[in-house]
Amino acid sequence: MSRIGVFICHCGENIGRTVDCEAVTEALKDHPGVAFTEDYKYMCSDPGQQLVKKAIEDNDLTGVVVAACSPHMHEKTFRRACDQAGLNKYMCEMANIREHCSWIHEDRGEATEKAVDITRTIVEKVKHNQPLESIHIPVTKRALVIGGGIAGIQAALDIADGGHEVVLVEKEASIGGHMSQLSETFPTLDCSQCILTPRMVEAYQHPNIKLHTWSEVEKVDGYIGNFTVKIRKKARSVNEDLCNGCGDCQEACPAKRIPSEFEAGLGNRTAIYVPFPQAVPNIPVLDRQNCTLFKGRRKGLAKDACGKCKEACLKDAIDYDAEDTFIEEEIGAIVVATGFQLYSIGREQPEGLKGYGEYGYGEVPDVIDGLQFERLASASGPTAGAILRPSDGKEPKTVVFVHCVGSRDSEKGISYCSKICCMYNAKHAMLYKHKVHDGRAVAFYMDIRAAGKGYDEFSRRAIEEDGAEYIRGRVSRIFRDGDVVKVWGYDTLSQEQVVIDADMVVLATAMRPQDGVRELAQKLSVSTDEHGFINEAHPKLRPVETNTAGVFVAGACQAPRDIPDAVAMASATGAKVLSLFSADELEREPAVAIVNENTCIGCMNCAKVCAYGAIEQREICTVDGHVCGHVAYVNPGVCQGCGTCQAVCLSKSVELQTFTDEQIFSEINALCYWE
Amino acid sequence: MSAPSRTLATDILEATGINPATCYQCGKCSAGCPMASESDLRPHNVMRLVVQDRREAALSEQSIWLCLTCETCSARCPNACDPARVIDAVREMSIEAEVADMPRNVAAFHRAFLEQIRTNGRLHEMGMVMEYKLRSGDLMKDVINAPGMLSRGKLSFRAERIEGVAEIKRIFEKCGVTP
Repeated sequence: MSRIGVFICHCGENIGRTVDCEAVTEALKDHPGVAFTEDYKYMCSDPGQQLVKKAIEDNDLTGVVVAACSPHMHEKTFRRACDQAGLNKYMCEMANIREHCSWIHEDRGEATEKAVDITRTIVEKVKHNQPLESIHIPVTKRALVIGGGIAGIQAALDIADGGHEVVLVEKEASIGGHMSQLSETFPTLDCSQCILTPRMVEAYQHPNIKLHTWSEVEKVDGYIGNFTVKIRKKARSVNEDLCNGCGDCQEACPAKRIPSEFEAGLGNRTAIYVPFPQAVPNIPVLDRQNCTLFKGRRKGLAKDACGKCKEACLKDAIDYDAEDTFIEEEIGAIVVATGFQLYSIGREQPEGLKGYGEYGYGEVPDVIDGLQFERLASASGPTAGAILRPSDGKEPKTVVFVHCVGSRDSEKGISYCSKICCMYNAKHAMLYKHKVHDGRAVAFYMDIRAAGKGYDEFSRRAIEEDGAEYIRGRVSRIFRDGDVVKVWGYDTLSQEQVVIDADMVVLATAMRPQDGVRELAQKLSVSTDEHGFINEAHPKLRPVETNTAGVFVAGACQAPRDIPDAVAMASATGAKVLSLFSADELEREPAVAIVNENTCIGCMNCAKVCAYGAIEQREICTVDGHVCGHVAYVNPGVCQGCGTCQAVCLSKSVELQTFTDEQIFSEINALCYWE
Repeated sequence: MSAPSRTLATDILEATGINPATCYQCGKCSAGCPMASESDLRPHNVMRLVVQDRREAALSEQSIWLCLTCETCSARCPNACDPARVIDAVREMSIEAEVADMPRNVAAFHRAFLEQIRTNGRLHEMGMVMEYKLRSGDLMKDVINAPGMLSRGKLSFRAERIEGVAEIKRIFEKCGVTP
């Protein structure tokens, strides 16, 4: 027979104002199985907790119900108190008579009745509670960082400096990400590469960081503290151990006119190439798509059509027959930092997006995007830092900068603000005016969103000191008219149409998540939003965690982010990972599903609906070792206790501990039975 | 590299030390302008014309002559653009360029004021009133207030002259100003 203690809290006036707590105490006193009742002004206070502890000891209670606030608020508090008094802490439950009752009702009589009902249901539930033990799971103290941009590098360095091994996976040939392409950074106009390359080298040389470039995450198994990650090392065709980065192969390569991704198409590269001079590692990759030899092989030529790079290599590092290889790493925590790509403006668009035919991008060569302007302004870029327009190499005397291309345009499929464009447009206008003193920089904007330390001052500086002309309004059409690029806009402040004869137009395009993020998210069992950005666990209070324990998120793969944001997030994930690694074991609440193997029919419906990949199939063997059937098994480390499996189980064989069918039905019965 | 070309904004900067580009068109100046309901262009509109280098439109605009120079706009401007000073500078340029579209009574008022300074070295209210009425032709307006103002000593028939009236006259001659 249960001996349950019921403790009713007034929560100062919060509950007491609307609920007659004495009446609730009185009503519960004679409820079957209740051995003790008491009400108190603040049950969560120290004397309140002492009251609970003393009652447990004096009355030999087998269960405790605290009728007070939400379990989110104080369940931990009272379970700890029970634990200290020698009662299994999972025998303690909260009845929420504050958020679910006193705060939302006005009539004292009805609220009191409802509080009694709520408390009764929980008493009935506790009668079926079982003493449970917390789950302990071991932790592999090794982190995986996916993406080697500034966020990934920062996260990797922070974790490595904390004394733990990091596996850093980058899909491109070099780490550095988009930041390595930038000329100067707002709001201080620091040279981007000057502040980035030391970090890249540090990550490369760090004894705790294992770097895999030209590699991708293939498969992720396991759960927090115990992931097994399969990494595909794409065929580089260059032996990383032998190559010394001399560059002879690039010199020898005859295919020299391939548009460079790093130069955003404004410069060329060879088929075997290092993306940029400061690349880390300084080891080339062979682009098989554009390589003469591989083109020949694809055509089925009997003899190799080229081979100049191999001939030129003194280290014999080039291997045309290299294939993708796979490695497996044991990992305890994962940081996703896959960054962004720019919205592609032109008519060709991925599903769900529309392009801007009216802006002439791709048709008018002097209409470029922000990243292309970065390369024009960069001292290491294709023009060595001179602002020259792509069509004829002339210095443009009027440049139009267009904000919000793609962003805040639901019609094109992107409703969000890309956050960084106002700032980089101001920077571009500034850099242009610094280089072309007699030039005219005109910016079309909808709003100037410059929220950040020193940001508004920076964008005002572009206008007030550097003389950029800002016109409030969107651009309607951009087209070529002889030698000039016509820009049709509207000035909403002067309320008139504006036509600018520009020499070059720079479109500040929206930030989008990288291609393949949805697939990666699926591998990691994390969710993405409608745009493909990875969802954080809570927008305010858990901004760098995901809904899968042990997987964290940093930088522009979560939402549009600038460099300071990305670095701050990365360091936050570093702190999260290090705190996870600070213990040898993880303790978790036993609110996980368990399978009754005796009744499970092995249909695996539960595995299909499990959002966390926590359910696997297990073989059932006869005494002599023959497989005689299959049942489901829930991995307690992965299970998040959502209960979906319980809802779909045909044979009622899977139950969520702490929320069993018996417990739920008892609650419902309590509501129906006691009037 | 050639020097930046002259614009209305650079002229204003040279004349007043105010950079019109500091105006971010928030409209606070116009929100408090007592003449806003009387003018076609409000202070922020004038600032906008200056920033856009619309010299002709700004200089020949009648609204700039309706500004009372109460300086409420300048006192409230969040970015220290001083619209009243800019409007004043535009008025100077407007007269110099001989495109000023001053309403007749506004011109009469300014001239009457200057004439008082030229002849007395300071303002003589009664003289000012008479001068304005003669110049504007608006003889009977507000006359009903005169007895009260006379009896309270707000107006007096006698003009008080300063000692150096001759010097003041020379200043006017030197500047070529004939009210």
